[in-house]
Amino acid sequence: MSRDFDWPAFLFILGAVRWTVLLSLIAFAGGAVFGLILAVMRTSRFVVLRGLAAAYIGVMQGTPVLMQLFLAFYGLAVLTGVRIDPWPAVTLAFTLYAAAFLGEIWRGAIQAIPRTQWEAAAALPLPPLAQLRHVILPQALRIAIPPTVGFLVQLIKGTSIASIIGFVELTRAGQLIVNVTFQPMIVYPIIGLLYFALCWPLSLASKRLEGRMDAALGVKPGS
Amino acid sequence: MKYVFQFGIVRDHLPELIHGAWLTVQLSVGAFVLGFVLAVVLAFLRSSGPRPVRMAVGAYVEFVRNTPFLVQLFVIYFALPEIGIRMEATTAALIGMSLNFAGYGTEILRSGIDAVPRPQIEAGESMGLSRLAIFRHIVVFQALRTAYPALASQFVLLMLGSSIVAAISAEELTAVTNTLQSTTFRAFEFYFVATGIYLAMALASRLVLSALYWIVFERGQPARLTWAR
Repeated sequence: MSRDFDWPAFLFILGAVRWTVLLSLIAFAGGAVFGLILAVMRTSRFVVLRGLAAAYIGVMQGTPVLMQLFLAFYGLAVLTGVRIDPWPAVTLAFTLYAAAFLGEIWRGAIQAIPRTQWEAAAALPLPPLAQLRHVILPQALRIAIPPTVGFLVQLIKGTSIASIIGFVELTRAGQLIVNVTFQPMIVYPIIGLLYFALCWPLSLASKRLEGRMDAALGVKPGS
Repeated sequence: MKYVFQFGIVRDHLPELIHGAWLTVQLSVGAFVLGFVLAVVLAFLRSSGPRPVRMAVGAYVEFVRNTPFLVQLFVIYFALPEIGIRMEATTAALIGMSLNFAGYGTEILRSGIDAVPRPQIEAGESMGLSRLAIFRHIVVFQALRTAYPALASQFVLLMLGSSIVAAISAEELTAVTNTLQSTTFRAFEFYFVATGIYLAMALASRLVLSALYWIVFERGQPARLTWAR
């Protein structure tokens, strides 16, 4: 017995959008906190801090998110002997993943600030952390916004793999509906369109902000 | 934590893991080649094709870049059979990865094409070269050179992203690892080692790709560029 893809089925899918959005936002917020720490470590004077942050980012960017997710879900459960719910496993995995990418993006932004800005702040004289907090970061933030928004798109799309461990978000909701309607040709394109509706405006915003920044910095468009 | 690690069992199954990793490499390189060829064609159409074609290519690129790879795979593997297009999981994985890579590759090549100085194209036009000839002899090599670093990182992302094809049970490294851990109940050990294999493959790809850049672009100026200049 199968049922048709009807209005309640569509509403079920639409309702699942909120879990995709929520998961993305939590991972983004958590990733922002750790990512900022990583970015500051990556640009610090201490070689140990730089090395640690670089190693973390290198490993996270050099391995599949899916593997990180499996390690957080199945791996931790085996290690601790406690079965872990999908929610904490998924949020943990995506937070650590987001931290690595945001850390790398923001490192680039911090290093794009001319050295003379540090020197000027030091001459005031501000202590090192205050130099970072009041002089460097506010400027780096402007540079960092377009790629950060771009990463948010990558993160939202990435959360779709949480469906593989049974976490019910947009993609998993689509699978569940396909299982009862047997109409993948209707359901999966709709799932795709919903992701597109979430991601495309962000992509456009990222591109526009980048263009505006290039104009502000006097870069010719397209060069 | 009372857990006792047993990596011995992973060693016993190493041949299967390596077999899976080999399929990952084949899929990634295959999708890179197919996707790259398609990306070059699409990039040409987008820069020099008629307006409706340019818009169609643009729409394709935006769709690929703004929807999850997993959903793209589901459409190819689960939805297409409904309209009579059936294929094996591995084929679906290869096609999905190629089409996905083509989308990103087109966008990357576009920025490379945009970076080619305008006067060079005008020079080509004033010599009476066709659009295709200008693209082939003046634009493409320089665009590739600019785009190469981004294409290389996109290859690493493609390889790491290929783990997702395990969801349609194409028997690459991730799928093999899933099977092994579920029969041996050694989830942590197997995923840990598989993650290590991915990391090694990612680092190796970066090395090979930078070597390739040097061979193609740095070691002397290629003959074609000399006369095109």
